[in-house]
Amino acid sequence: MNRVVLLLGAWLVVLAMTTVDREVAGASVSDEDVHAIASQLRCVVCQNLSVADSPSEMAHQMRDLIRERLAAGERPDQVMAYFVQRYGEWVLLAPPARGLNLVLWLAPFGAVAGGLALVVTLVRRWRRRSDPAEPVAPPVMDLAERERLAAELERLPD
Amino acid sequence: VKVRARWFIPLAALPVVGLLAYGFRTDPRAVPSPLVGRPAPAFELTTFDGKSLSLDGQRGKVVVLNFWASWCYPACYEEAPVLEAGWLRSQAQGVVVLGVAIQDKQPASLEFIQRFGLTFPNAPDPAGKVSIDYGVYGVPETFVIDRRGVIRRKHVGAVTEAVFREWVEPLLGESAAAGEPRRTLQEGRSNDRRPHAAGRTATGGTRRPEGPWPEAAGRTG
Repeated sequence: MNRVVLLLGAWLVVLAMTTVDREVAGASVSDEDVHAIASQLRCVVCQNLSVADSPSEMAHQMRDLIRERLAAGERPDQVMAYFVQRYGEWVLLAPPARGLNLVLWLAPFGAVAGGLALVVTLVRRWRRRSDPAEPVAPPVMDLAERERLAAELERLPD
Repeated sequence: VKVRARWFIPLAALPVVGLLAYGFRTDPRAVPSPLVGRPAPAFELTTFDGKSLSLDGQRGKVVVLNFWASWCYPACYEEAPVLEAGWLRSQAQGVVVLGVAIQDKQPASLEFIQRFGLTFPNAPDPAGKVSIDYGVYGVPETFVIDRRGVIRRKHVGAVTEAVFREWVEPLLGESAAAGEPRRTLQEGRSNDRRPHAAGRTATGGTRRPEGPWPEAAGRTG
């Protein structure tokens, strides 16, 4: 008897959880959720615009489709996977960092490192070149020199 | 050191020049479709004259699925007579031409159909679902689907006689028996590194069942 009650209780809990889950999935597709996905997808009829930013009809239809798929209970990564399946990785504004794409992700850091190395070697070389020369002290004029300069300037013809 | 530097600078520029030379020769709009070599996504539309139009209803036929719009001038205007002629010529042999008007106003679409006297089935795609399902990003785009329902070719731009000759008619000789979908030579390489393969494993078995992707069904089962 106890076991039956227990089983029934467990079944009810599971039932409650699944219905709640389904309701949540169906009702609570917020604009932010749609935007989060749309902003990562390339608007296919635009130049450098995301599906979230584009006013085009195609982007509008895609946003509707994102909302619909989320409402049907799909996870955001599943929705993204759907678009990748149909349009290829090209549709992602940020290419995933794997395979040949890694070149794309690492190249900026490589360029910065290369630039730094270049600057360091150049600075070192310039320093080495200027080292042997005597450190040039700024010319200091004392009062006597200054008077002499003024006097000589005065003597110059106009 | 000086001699080395004199050669080093032009040599360092070479790969950059090479990359630019390659980059400027490729068409940035030519994005290979991941759908070529895969089963065509199923669809169910209602034609402009109220009849039901589904891909399943065309099983065993070679399908030329054309996405167009009345505002797509001149490419759609160039291809409309070619599509009509191809349909009239080869429908008896088992070719079916289907038109899907996308992002279009219905009266404008109807006017277009009338203008060219199109007799093959044409349907609007009001929510854009079919065009997104096919990864369409412009008009005109045309998919050639073989007798087994596998997409064999995606053609971007106006359909020409050559498309019928080289991509549609040769498929008529194939059998309609369902087998392992064959990868086409064309774009075969891009299919080998299918980008969505990773996405699919990530989604696991909770994916919504979708008819046109037998691999997903087969692998989870």
